[in-house]
Amino acid sequence: MSEQSYEPNMVLSTKEFDVVGKRPLRHDGVDKVTGRAIYGADVSMAGLMHGAVLRSPHAHARIKSIDTSKAEAHPEVRAVVTSTDFVDPGDKAVDLGEGLTRLSYIRNNVLALDKVLYRGHAVAAVAAASLHDALEALKLIEVEYDLLPPVLTAPDAMKEDAPLLHENLRMTEFGRPTDKVSNVSDHFRHEKGDIEQGFAEADLIVEREFDTSTVHQGYIEPHNTTALWNNDDRIHIWTSTQGPFTIRDTTAAILDKPVSQVRVTPTEIGGGFGGKIPVYIDPVAALLSNKSGHPVKIVMSRAEVLEGTGPTPGSHLKIKMGVKSDGTMMAAQAWLAYEAGAYPGAMVVPGGMCVFAAYDIPNVTIDGYDVVVNKPSTAAYRAPGATNAAFATESVVNEIAEKLGIDPLDLRLKNASKEGTRRADGPKFPRIGCLEVIEAMKNHPHYSAPLEGPNRGRGVAVGFWFNAGLPSACNIAVNPDGTITLVEGSPDIGGTRTSVAMQAAEVLGLPAEKVSPSVVDTDSVGFTAVTGGSRVTFSTGLAAIEAARDVREQMIQRAAKIWGVESDGVEFRKGVFHLKNGTENRMTFSELAAQIATTGDPIVGRAGVNPPGVGGSFSGNIVDVEVDPETGKVTILRFTAFQDAGKAIHPSYVEGQMQGGSVQGIGWALNEEYFMNAEGKMMNSSLLDYRMPTSLDLPMIDTVIIEVANPGHPFGARGVGEANIVPPPAALANAINNAVGVAMNRLPMNPVAVMGAIWEKNGATD
Amino acid sequence: MQWFEYARPGTVDEAVRLLSEHGEKACVLAGGTDILVQLRGGFRAAEWVIDVKEIPALDEIAWDEASGLTIGAAVPCYRIYEDEDVKKLYPGLIDVASLIGGTQIQGRASLGGNLCNAAPSADAVPIMIALEASCRIAGTNGERTVAVEDFCTAPGKNVLAAGELLVSLHFPAPKANSGAHYLRFIPRNEMDIAVAGAGVSVVLDNGNFTSARVALASVAPTSLFVKQAGDALAGQPVSDESIQRAADIAKQAAKPIDDMRGTVRYRKHLCEVLTRRALHVAVERARRNN
Repeated sequence: MSEQSYEPNMVLSTKEFDVVGKRPLRHDGVDKVTGRAIYGADVSMAGLMHGAVLRSPHAHARIKSIDTSKAEAHPEVRAVVTSTDFVDPGDKAVDLGEGLTRLSYIRNNVLALDKVLYRGHAVAAVAAASLHDALEALKLIEVEYDLLPPVLTAPDAMKEDAPLLHENLRMTEFGRPTDKVSNVSDHFRHEKGDIEQGFAEADLIVEREFDTSTVHQGYIEPHNTTALWNNDDRIHIWTSTQGPFTIRDTTAAILDKPVSQVRVTPTEIGGGFGGKIPVYIDPVAALLSNKSGHPVKIVMSRAEVLEGTGPTPGSHLKIKMGVKSDGTMMAAQAWLAYEAGAYPGAMVVPGGMCVFAAYDIPNVTIDGYDVVVNKPSTAAYRAPGATNAAFATESVVNEIAEKLGIDPLDLRLKNASKEGTRRADGPKFPRIGCLEVIEAMKNHPHYSAPLEGPNRGRGVAVGFWFNAGLPSACNIAVNPDGTITLVEGSPDIGGTRTSVAMQAAEVLGLPAEKVSPSVVDTDSVGFTAVTGGSRVTFSTGLAAIEAARDVREQMIQRAAKIWGVESDGVEFRKGVFHLKNGTENRMTFSELAAQIATTGDPIVGRAGVNPPGVGGSFSGNIVDVEVDPETGKVTILRFTAFQDAGKAIHPSYVEGQMQGGSVQGIGWALNEEYFMNAEGKMMNSSLLDYRMPTSLDLPMIDTVIIEVANPGHPFGARGVGEANIVPPPAALANAINNAVGVAMNRLPMNPVAVMGAIWEKNGATD
Repeated sequence: MQWFEYARPGTVDEAVRLLSEHGEKACVLAGGTDILVQLRGGFRAAEWVIDVKEIPALDEIAWDEASGLTIGAAVPCYRIYEDEDVKKLYPGLIDVASLIGGTQIQGRASLGGNLCNAAPSADAVPIMIALEASCRIAGTNGERTVAVEDFCTAPGKNVLAAGELLVSLHFPAPKANSGAHYLRFIPRNEMDIAVAGAGVSVVLDNGNFTSARVALASVAPTSLFVKQAGDALAGQPVSDESIQRAADIAKQAAKPIDDMRGTVRYRKHLCEVLTRRALHVAVERARRNN
């Protein structure tokens, strides 16, 4: 990497604020760098017992019997539980924020009842005086299995004669239930225009098939939980989660208790990326606590995380696009089959929402299939479903550009979605930054920089994530020293303590340092949906803005009371209360705060929001690679990430999100995969062989923040956590193609795969 | 991880006594970078863990021109790559000592441990074979010496009998105009296991190879000494053609398997690429030693 004559990180800003857009120190920084932050594995209390989970060695089997008597007889064992210790949920369905789900699926995933559906599926659990004793006791549990043939990919599972995971699963098609018993739980279709006509009018049609492997979010902190089932039947859980209220509601549903009896304290979290939304060990620890009379802690090993928690789906995709010879996109068709894992719920719906989102195409058909297979039940992973889809679409778009001899960014600019473009899945875009992102890519020095030397290539791709709103709550109290304490329910996985605090600070004219933000337990704040969908800075931020406005209003009233005027005679500017009539009466926020106790009631602001004005985010990458033509190894020479942040509340955190998402996308593109043997055993369930990139595998990820304000947020913020993972696999595939002339249709594009493609191109036989 | 007894003998005799007393129930701890992972992961069980780091003979690096280089079996990698004699005379050893694991691992991991662990992918073993290293082994019946290429017998298995201990590794003094290199292929750039590796040494004389040795990693049940590849270079001129022939022989000799790290075809191909590239570097080093 040669000398850089460009600005590595730039913010293309459209509007300035006092606090928003600055880079204050993070509020959680000291605790994190001193190691004092309390993570779930740090939780300890008197009488604590240690839990361990017995997991299935088979990918697909019927459980004939489970004999726990020997484990129960172990002198150090305090409790043993199996699925029958849960209340039978029958056919009950629950809505835990992601639509209706059968409660039995969640219960059976937490502890298998009659069948194990993947290797690593939890079967029983033990609590003992030490972890070593608990692990030894697991060996004393005898499980008899009747082995069944595993089915491991969506295409295999969709075959008519495929082994069935669920004998009672009937396919839903086009939104209606059918009688068809199948591994396909859902088939949906989005249609727009006339697809046949669109292809008939096209001068060039490109159609390709793609496969992507199952990949894991790879958060560094394994799942953990500590549960205390108290003598008054109240249950307290300390856990690493993105959604304390989701854990509360799911655990209460599985245990058949009212939600008010379950209290969840979210501990500091070492990464989630969507994987720490589902419930795994929390209800198990609660059962063990109830049986043993002790608090019980469970911490997963890395192998348990990889084999027993939700990765993101592998997928099989077909994309067909038709264009006029001038590049105008006429028609696009997608066929998306995503692997849900053991239970329905692959991320194919969002995949369908994002697959052509960047383009204004008149005729579109999108078919999506949600397919169960004998792999862990999948979970969200940073823009879930969108990365798979973009790998396919963006590869086809680049092939079209190449065949038409049009610059790949010009082709995108010509067809880019804009305000008013209707997506095939229904929504019409509000103000979005798709064009602006592509223009910034085209104008960036990276795009015009010479790329010399053999086996080097450059690739581009764009990506989209729609982002979420959902409920958030926030309370703010004013302290006599002129600071405020802010209480929120959103676990901070990406710097949101600070970005939320900054928004309250902006409203109250305070520096960010005068806000003390806390993420609290489910008994201490109003309902707040998961930290997911890049929603916290937007939605919890909006709650903080509303709560701060509530405080501001009360402070104005207090100043009016002190000055003996009506409250509409007082105004608040830049942290100072003034009399509107021009007299010299003025009080700073701190001066007024000091008088609160002696002039009336305490001042407490509060807000609950469920905001509609969500702004989606577009992203793009320019990447340069060098491919070793003798080994197939890809070295990334230069990588520039672009993203529309609406308004970057804290640009350093936005850059961090962009860099982190890019790195995860690079890992997904080049080396990460669940390497399964024919029996459905993951052969690489350790971080040695599940190859996430290390710092030595990456160049500096340069960032360009584009700010196209979201009209649905007072400061224009859009969620930025996810769209950044979407383009890297496609951009890298395009760069590899540009470097050595091979079109990659499968992820990961590891050295074996790239070498294989080079051999195929050269007609090499040995 | 099960409870175990821990012992830290101060002499070879005491270690041998403990090892023969506990037989298969004992395992040896040097740096522990493999053993601890295996014990914790349940891949290995031990009732006794014998820590040999305190035994002087296992903890020394010694060089003299007459007898060559001796590296105690428990000497950690960082001491090898910081040793002035090794840096000057055995750059091939520096290749592996600075390549195994990361910086923290190199503070503990030893060449002796890498050899005794007998993984097919062991990075240190091919270069030790190329450098004609031998193993000094102590046992209840005294000492014996085994060539490194004969030490490993199967994945995770070696020639050590119950009660035997690897004391040190011995490397003959480098010949004039000699060079060596180890090259491995990993998909990442660090913290990874060799998909394939090639350790080579050459001795040159006026533009010809006097002799050469080639050994491969990760393409057979144990590190694979490909004698015929080195023999094919002896007496040949140093050229792309002669090096290519040796690389092709290495490729033919490889007997890899398909697994999560690579396919048979890919690994055999890598043996050719890595042997060729490693030989070129070794030749460069030999020329610089003129």
